[in-house]
Amino acid sequence: MSLPIRVLLAKVGLDGHDRGVKVVARTLRDAGMDVIYTGLHRTPEEVVNAAVQEDVDILGVSLLSGAHMTICPKIMRLLKDKDAEDTIVVVGGVVPDEDVIPLRDMGVKELLLQDTTPKEIVARLEKLVQERGPR
Amino acid sequence: MPISSADLVARLKKGDLRAASRLMSRAESNDDETLSSLGAIYRAAGRAHIVGLTGVPGSGKSTLVSKLVETIRKDGRRVGVIAIDPSSPFSGGAILGDRIRMTNLVMDEGVFIRSMATRGSTGGLARSALTAVDILDTVGFDVIIIETVGVGQDEVEIAKASHSTLVVSAPGLGDDVQAIKAGILEIADIHVVSKCDRSDSNRTITDLKIMLAMGVNIAIKDRGGKPLWQVPVVGTSSETGEGIDTLIATLDRHRDVHRTTELGEERLRNIAEYRTFKTAEDLLRSQFYKSTNKRIQDVVEQIARRELDPFTASNDLLKKIAF
Amino acid sequence: MSTLNKMDPTQLAKQLELWEDTEVSAFLNKQPEREDEFYTLGGFPVKRTYTALDTKDIPIDDIGLPGQYPFTRGPYPTMYRSRYWTMRQIAGFGTGEDTNNRFKYLISQGQTGLSTDFDMPTLMGYDSDHPMSDGEVGREGVAIDTLADMEALFDEIDLENISVSMTINPTAWILLAMYIALAKRRGNDLNKLSGTVQADILKEYVAQKEYIYPISPSVRIVRDCITYCAENMKRYNPINISGYHISEAGSSPLHEIAFTMANATTYVEEVVKTGMDVDLFAPRLAFFFVCQADFFEEIAKFRAARRVWAKIMKNQFGAKKAESMRLRFHCQTAAASLTKPQYKVNIMRTTVQALAAVLGGAQSLHTNGMDEAFAIPTEEAMKIALRTQQVIADETNVANVIDPLGGSYFLENLTTQYETKIFEILEEVKEKGGTIKLIEEGWFQKHIADFAYETALKKQDGQKPVIGVNKYVEEDEKADIKTHPHDPTTADRQISRLQNVRATRDNDQIESLLNKLLEVAKDETKNIMPITIELVDAGATMGDIVEKLRTIWGTYRENPVF
Repeated sequence: MSLPIRVLLAKVGLDGHDRGVKVVARTLRDAGMDVIYTGLHRTPEEVVNAAVQEDVDILGVSLLSGAHMTICPKIMRLLKDKDAEDTIVVVGGVVPDEDVIPLRDMGVKELLLQDTTPKEIVARLEKLVQERGPR
Repeated sequence: MPISSADLVARLKKGDLRAASRLMSRAESNDDETLSSLGAIYRAAGRAHIVGLTGVPGSGKSTLVSKLVETIRKDGRRVGVIAIDPSSPFSGGAILGDRIRMTNLVMDEGVFIRSMATRGSTGGLARSALTAVDILDTVGFDVIIIETVGVGQDEVEIAKASHSTLVVSAPGLGDDVQAIKAGILEIADIHVVSKCDRSDSNRTITDLKIMLAMGVNIAIKDRGGKPLWQVPVVGTSSETGEGIDTLIATLDRHRDVHRTTELGEERLRNIAEYRTFKTAEDLLRSQFYKSTNKRIQDVVEQIARRELDPFTASNDLLKKIAF
Repeated sequence: MSTLNKMDPTQLAKQLELWEDTEVSAFLNKQPEREDEFYTLGGFPVKRTYTALDTKDIPIDDIGLPGQYPFTRGPYPTMYRSRYWTMRQIAGFGTGEDTNNRFKYLISQGQTGLSTDFDMPTLMGYDSDHPMSDGEVGREGVAIDTLADMEALFDEIDLENISVSMTINPTAWILLAMYIALAKRRGNDLNKLSGTVQADILKEYVAQKEYIYPISPSVRIVRDCITYCAENMKRYNPINISGYHISEAGSSPLHEIAFTMANATTYVEEVVKTGMDVDLFAPRLAFFFVCQADFFEEIAKFRAARRVWAKIMKNQFGAKKAESMRLRFHCQTAAASLTKPQYKVNIMRTTVQALAAVLGGAQSLHTNGMDEAFAIPTEEAMKIALRTQQVIADETNVANVIDPLGGSYFLENLTTQYETKIFEILEEVKEKGGTIKLIEEGWFQKHIADFAYETALKKQDGQKPVIGVNKYVEEDEKADIKTHPHDPTTADRQISRLQNVRATRDNDQIESLLNKLLEVAKDETKNIMPITIELVDAGATMGDIVEKLRTIWGTYRENPVF
């Protein structure tokens, strides 16, 4: 029996836009994944602690406030500090094109920006977990 | 090459929380290498006080757990929480939402919260919930709280998995005592009425006390007829904090009664029995799926055409399980 | 041949049947229609065509005339024939000075009202140097910590002569207090100030999720804003009850209006409880709706909203003045309809939405910039958006006739359907225990999440076409776009002014005023506005005030529904 993929969906910072993250949560559940949602207005520290305790395959960070270049580096560093570098980090929301490469360079594995279809989100996450292999 | 489960167990015994969270994932996957490590974990565990908590939806379980943990932490005890939510019967996926109500605990190093999905198992517990409890116990948590699904239907297994069982009711969720409706009145070691800041809570407390006085489980006595434990009703408010200290004191008292009397020995035997049956059942199920995977299609076809019956077929399949 | 007003329903029904059997069926035999059934974006089924049969049951008084109860055709008797709608492009980024420059630019381009967007820390009540503000200062809007920032924001702008709208909610009363303190310092007459502060906290719990305190104290603050303005600022709208964010969070247009009405009635109830006469404050209640893509549905939605509000105010609250019953609304085109691919198409989307808003009788309008799927808009994008409104106003002549679509069989029918459904939902809310209880239970949120999920699936399978996204997609598109740059010095500049204010103010005075604030807050019968005005005038920061009140009110935490 293969286990469902475990995903932590996080809203970090002050941004309260949760339409996207809720659609993604439902999409992933309907694709058979286990989804844990942090709720709104979390700090990077809180999110990483949750990711570590829950031992998720994927940490999905939803950001529409433009603060991704401040928040993502913190998350990546904290994951490393907590011995959880093998967590696949994915960013969703609004990210300008020029920030895509810097985010990938710091270890963000995938960017799921607006108008990514539910099917595509599922497919990309499944592929990421498959590529990572057992852990 | 992933680290071996045996190595993770070694780290676990030294108190490594990262090893704990990874082992919980491995335990769910049922792989052989991990299975062989679980025994070592079980044998190393046994110190923690395991508290089960159940109640119907809307009774405020998660919020109560949050408040309870926050308060227990004040005396320095470390607390683990296993929060269980239902899987979707259609997709098998789940949205695990209990954690959100425990957000205030997430920066406390002395608290560990793990969310789990039922994944088809009934009775309010997730299949590997008790393994997760062993892991938290071994890594050094003093109190471990299991919060059940709380669909409110016959979630009686929690009583066979915990040292102390809390059944939570809330005022305003209906006129009947909810625990009766849900068929879980009898499993409580302690009844909790949450949301006691509300004016209608006294009625719920009174109703429960009357129910208990009517003869269900009023007092557990020892062989000599001496009462060992009388099931209390504790009112709490997660809003104001009212009753939380009383609840913790009552829980500790229940733990002590169990640790010092024959009540506890019996409970431990019951838990062991339940664990054994449950583990055997799980093993059987997983082996059954593994070894019948290929054959089952043929058999199903035949049964569907009524050339074969499910009784004979199952009997045959069970005999062919390869261990 | 009968004329329209002597229409015989039986004869018309026969005629319709005959038409279906002959002309229509002959055409259908040659070529079927594009779909078996047609629906509005909000899910209302629409027929092949509409006739007098579809309007015959609508009471003629429900349609009425512009400026007359129930205001279906518009809140004023002359509408755009006397004055166009206010062209009010929202702006806000960086520090007060940065946004002040954008304001002056927009005014020079013919904009007739100001609208302010604040950054996330300001919206959520954190000072710019709070750790939660890291990375967000001045990014999505202008950063305001103290009265000094407000002074910079409105430098050289005459507050008595331009209406100013502030899009802010949980901390709205502090911003309003700063606005008042600034006006007082300049010697302005408060009764001459016109403008709006959003201050609609209920829709925050439902949709936009900018909240600080639990619901009850938050609603009390809103109540205090309304009563304060009713007594001291005759031309100011103390609240902008908003469906916009409900829609952007994913709801259907029907739920946008119905939920907004549920919120609005809750505020009215709260204020009436203080003993204030409904006609004293109701005329200043303003609304804010989105304009989506379904052209006729949106127009019907606006008309129905006016009719519903008029009936609620008259029948439920016993309002006597016409001004209390007429719904005035600001409108914004739908940000959620904007796309990144082929982003220039957003100009067309916005144009059609803006036209619907005008035909629906909006009092003021914001048209989105074409680049808003990327970042906050550039000056160029804002200019084109403003020009879009100017073209509609000055070149198309649509503003010369009031409610030109009134009387349309289809539109009147849809308007009445909307009205009926809105009242049904309001009834359901009442039966289930009222707005606040349902917010706590996530009832509204669940409806919104469901429609958002359905919309995502419909976009995925092409049922909801979006040009450039699921239809006419350009595979190798390279966006040739320059987005609004974020000035990296913003946070430092902002924080240095904030710290300067802290260093130069009388801290003992602040401390004693903050303690007084607590006393006022604890006494439900007192109004929180006067003490807040005193505080900001003395140099208190937004964070000072918010954190002090958090000690007694705590923080709201939602139980999300999916």
